[in-house]
Amino acid sequence: MIRLEPRPVPSLAMSVLSPAIALALTVAAGFVLFLALGKDPGRVLQVFLLEPMNGVRALTELGLKSTPLVLCALGLALCYRSNVWNIGAEGQFLMGAIAAGGLALFVTQESLAVSRWVFLPALVLAGAAGGGLWAGVVALLRDRFNANEILVSLMLVYVANLFLSWLVFGPWKDPHGFNFPQTMAFAAQTELPRIVRGMRLHWGSLFALAAAFVVWFYMFRTYHGLQLQVGGPSPAAARYAGFSARSAIWTTLVTSGALAGVAGAFEVAGPMGQLTPHVSSGYGFTAIIVAFVGRLHPLGCVLASLLLSVFLIGGELAQSRVGLPSALTGVFQGVLLLSLLACDTLVHNRLRLGRAR
Amino acid sequence: MTPPRLELRHVTKRYAQTVANDDVSLVVNPGEIHAVAGENGAGKSTLMKVIYGAVQADAGEILFDGRPVAVRSPHDARALGIAMVFQHFSLFDTLTVAENVWLGLPPSARLVEVTEGIRRKAAEYGLDLDPEKPVHVLSVGERQRVEIVRALLAEPKLLILDEPTSVLTPQAVEKLFETLRKLAATGCAILYISHKLDEIRALCHRCTMLRAGKVTGTTDPSKETTASLSRLMIGAEPPRLERGPPSLGDLALEVDRLTLPKIDRFGIALDGISLGVHQGEIVGIAGVSGNGQQELLAALSGEDPRADEGMVRLFGKPIGRLGARGRRKLGLHFVPEERLGRGAVPTLSLASNLLLTRDEALRWLGFIDRKALRDQTSGIMRRYWVKASGPGAVARSLSGGNLQKYIVGRELDAVPKVLVVAQPTWGVDVGAAAQIRAELVALRDAGCAVLLVSEELEELFAITDRLHVISKGRLSPPIHTAEATVELVGEWMSGLWPGGPAAAAAATAPAGAPGAPAGPGSPP
Repeated sequence: MIRLEPRPVPSLAMSVLSPAIALALTVAAGFVLFLALGKDPGRVLQVFLLEPMNGVRALTELGLKSTPLVLCALGLALCYRSNVWNIGAEGQFLMGAIAAGGLALFVTQESLAVSRWVFLPALVLAGAAGGGLWAGVVALLRDRFNANEILVSLMLVYVANLFLSWLVFGPWKDPHGFNFPQTMAFAAQTELPRIVRGMRLHWGSLFALAAAFVVWFYMFRTYHGLQLQVGGPSPAAARYAGFSARSAIWTTLVTSGALAGVAGAFEVAGPMGQLTPHVSSGYGFTAIIVAFVGRLHPLGCVLASLLLSVFLIGGELAQSRVGLPSALTGVFQGVLLLSLLACDTLVHNRLRLGRAR
Repeated sequence: MTPPRLELRHVTKRYAQTVANDDVSLVVNPGEIHAVAGENGAGKSTLMKVIYGAVQADAGEILFDGRPVAVRSPHDARALGIAMVFQHFSLFDTLTVAENVWLGLPPSARLVEVTEGIRRKAAEYGLDLDPEKPVHVLSVGERQRVEIVRALLAEPKLLILDEPTSVLTPQAVEKLFETLRKLAATGCAILYISHKLDEIRALCHRCTMLRAGKVTGTTDPSKETTASLSRLMIGAEPPRLERGPPSLGDLALEVDRLTLPKIDRFGIALDGISLGVHQGEIVGIAGVSGNGQQELLAALSGEDPRADEGMVRLFGKPIGRLGARGRRKLGLHFVPEERLGRGAVPTLSLASNLLLTRDEALRWLGFIDRKALRDQTSGIMRRYWVKASGPGAVARSLSGGNLQKYIVGRELDAVPKVLVVAQPTWGVDVGAAAQIRAELVALRDAGCAVLLVSEELEELFAITDRLHVISKGRLSPPIHTAEATVELVGEWMSGLWPGGPAAAAAATAPAGAPGAPAGPGSPP
């Protein structure tokens, strides 16, 4: 029999190293997997893990990909630390994208000559409002009717998805778009300014980094941020201190939704330039993994989002260059998350061989 | 000659930095009640874990009934006939008492029989316990009763009890002692871990004293005085409390016919509770846990703001509906019974935990001045002798006694106008307990109104000026502590004060022995 025994004092070094070990295990699993598929594991791993970081253009693409991931994961980290299980960042992302897309569409259709300095803040606000309101529905149902936020936030993802489909198949469809489900391409003045000419990386990435810093500061340097983190692990301590559990639910959900919504707005006004049913490539869900791989720490989320972006881009490259199925990205994410959870379990427990009990 | 039931020879157990047990030898004979005494951190718990198989000794031998045995796990220990009542409970909150006990039994046991067995044992030992209650609604004291009954159900050959009396009434302690003596007379050996020297003297045949992991002496406690035992234990007599008569100020905290319906099916409803605490006095509330203390404390602290506005008043100001932070701003501070999870967040540092009730280190818009916070935390740690690696140490890493000192220190340091304290010295060693009590008295002398809710009569008698007793959600009239006797308070704990919840029943059924719990389950 194999048993798990709690360790008296988990090693600090190991809990920090745990994501790195999990990554190594994931790579090892990939090695075996590629071998079994009859591919050269060295070549595939090189395409999968190194190509996405090869050269300036690849690196900017990496930054572009990780921007929505960071923004979504930051809010989720805040939620999870407060024991609020928002898994609907995907839906909040889509509602942010819809709100921002609607704004950009309006500017485009009316041919308004707005300055970027007016439009960009409006865009961020629209995205934040869209995502924040969508998460606010979850907060309201949890606060008022004690509805389970896991279920509600997840189900609202599908509502948002269908709402987006209805818009781009219906009222917002581009009349000159050969009946494709998409809006017209947005006017140039709605486009996010790019950091380097010719690369798709835009200023939204810097916004995401700034957001990471602000969330970090809020979490660890302000009284309000501390209050949120008390209610999660110890609701009784929060009651004792007099911290409001209701305020924690509202703050974390609305902040998280707003951040996801801004991510959606950036995606629409950045690389997409129009609304389609495929605005998100599951960023809101991938961000859940990012938040946990990043140890629910804002800095960790930035690093983890880069890693997961490597997986996403590497998966696409492996598909086109080596002919591997695109499902591979999902397999890699899954193996990484499982390895991480296994490592964490072993950091806190040790294996014992012997009789049961 | 029969071999000893249990013999330890030169047992040594080292942890990373410390030697928890250093060459400990011990002999317990069948039928003997053997005390293992020592301060917190003296190595008592580690020694018991070695005997119970929860940890393995690095060196030394264990003999059971004369045969060398290897106790590799609690399973081995139970197979030998060793049962243990831990100080920290291992119960599943969502299951009932009976289901919890049932889980530890072989699969052949039936729940109905277990339920019946618990009722029988509980009645036999005078422990008030409903096997069908879910564990999450039980108070700390009631949870301990579950553990005691669970151990007794196993009909053990060696029973280990870790601080079993901290939550019992004096009568129930006496009853438990009787049963332990009866149990010992049947040949069961008992290892009794305690800091309470008077109990050890009253109950135990022999006593092994531990200090810093080493045996400092094995004596017959009935031939020792409390002072001589305490010298063996801590090396010096505990500091005695000196205090003058109270100099009363204004009425600070006033509870006026506080009545609250129970918050769930298993809670206790508060029924017309009235009390007043003046500046400069300590008022105590005695009672067996689970008689409404938790509910009363929550209503006083503001964690449960359901009371009518005027039912709780602070310096005449109605605060019944004010939340915990609002009351703290008015000068009412509270030390809860549970340290981890209520008084402190286990995963946060001591410094962060300071912010639960203190806001001196907060700046504009709630920014935290980290340096001020660290300094303030270090100051409290120094002043209240909190042993920890520093202000950054997470609360979980501290021993129970040290964390308690920190939490009490945090509230005392705020110089409250009114302090409500629950079980301030629960599980704290003799030295620290004396220190905490002295601080409470100092606070009283400085003009603070102190309300002390405790299950330790010794403590209540030592430092309170007036006493109430709570029973079944009702509060007795106050009595001057100087005029109170243990017998009287013990009777009141069963609700037998004039006009109390059990007095009427006792008047109509005079067959009940005075002081016996007058519940429906007690035999005529």
